[in-house]
Amino acid sequence: MVDPEAEQRSDSQLVLPAALQAEVVAHCLAAFPEEGCGLLGGDPTTGVVRRCYPTRNVAASSCLYTVDPREYLRADRDAEQRGLSIIGVFHSHTHTDPYPSPTDVAQAPDPSWHYVLVSLRDELASLRSYRIVEGVITEEPVEPGS
Amino acid sequence: MSVEVRLPTLLRPAAGGAPSTSVEGATVGEVLRALEVAHPGLAGQVLTADGELHKFVNVYLNDDDVRYLDRLDTKVGADDVVSILPAVAGGAA
Repeated sequence: MVDPEAEQRSDSQLVLPAALQAEVVAHCLAAFPEEGCGLLGGDPTTGVVRRCYPTRNVAASSCLYTVDPREYLRADRDAEQRGLSIIGVFHSHTHTDPYPSPTDVAQAPDPSWHYVLVSLRDELASLRSYRIVEGVITEEPVEPGS
Repeated sequence: MSVEVRLPTLLRPAAGGAPSTSVEGATVGEVLRALEVAHPGLAGQVLTADGELHKFVNVYLNDDDVRYLDRLDTKVGADDVVSILPAVAGGAA
């Protein structure tokens, strides 16, 4: 028997247009050597991202991030005015793989969100997206959309 | 007085599905306690058993994080909006 939730997770994807992927990576590079972070505004049902909200990392650390709470509030309001929702968060790992750390899993705020990781370890930044549901990490494809 | 409380997506199902609700209260603490009474499914989601703010949520009065105001003792007026959002954090550590 197919677990409908597992089925849904395996079907999930993030549609992140190339220009927004570039914006995400550029913000992470600008924040280096600290971790860069931000929020993604889009359609929760399709996983299509329409807007990137780079935010300050108030943890100001190379191994931790905390999205500035006031910038999150502003992003949430802006997204709502545009008919969007905050559907995910991105952050960089400056020296490790683009894979959620135990800290990322423990602090994942919302199981419906997309968790985008950008690794700056290698010369070329790499970007991946995951779902994190009850501590279980599932990678999902990142499509540039049309 | 009645104060509007805006809820994050994750907490909406426990409050009937609406993005915001109105409850009575003269301080942020009173508003949040009234919210839990009105929607018992929210109990423990915003306030700890000791009645403090959970570290994994941020509560705002209009544009300001109440941790930088008077926390739960922050006074609220009829035109104020209390917003609740998850704290978003993590990292490679």
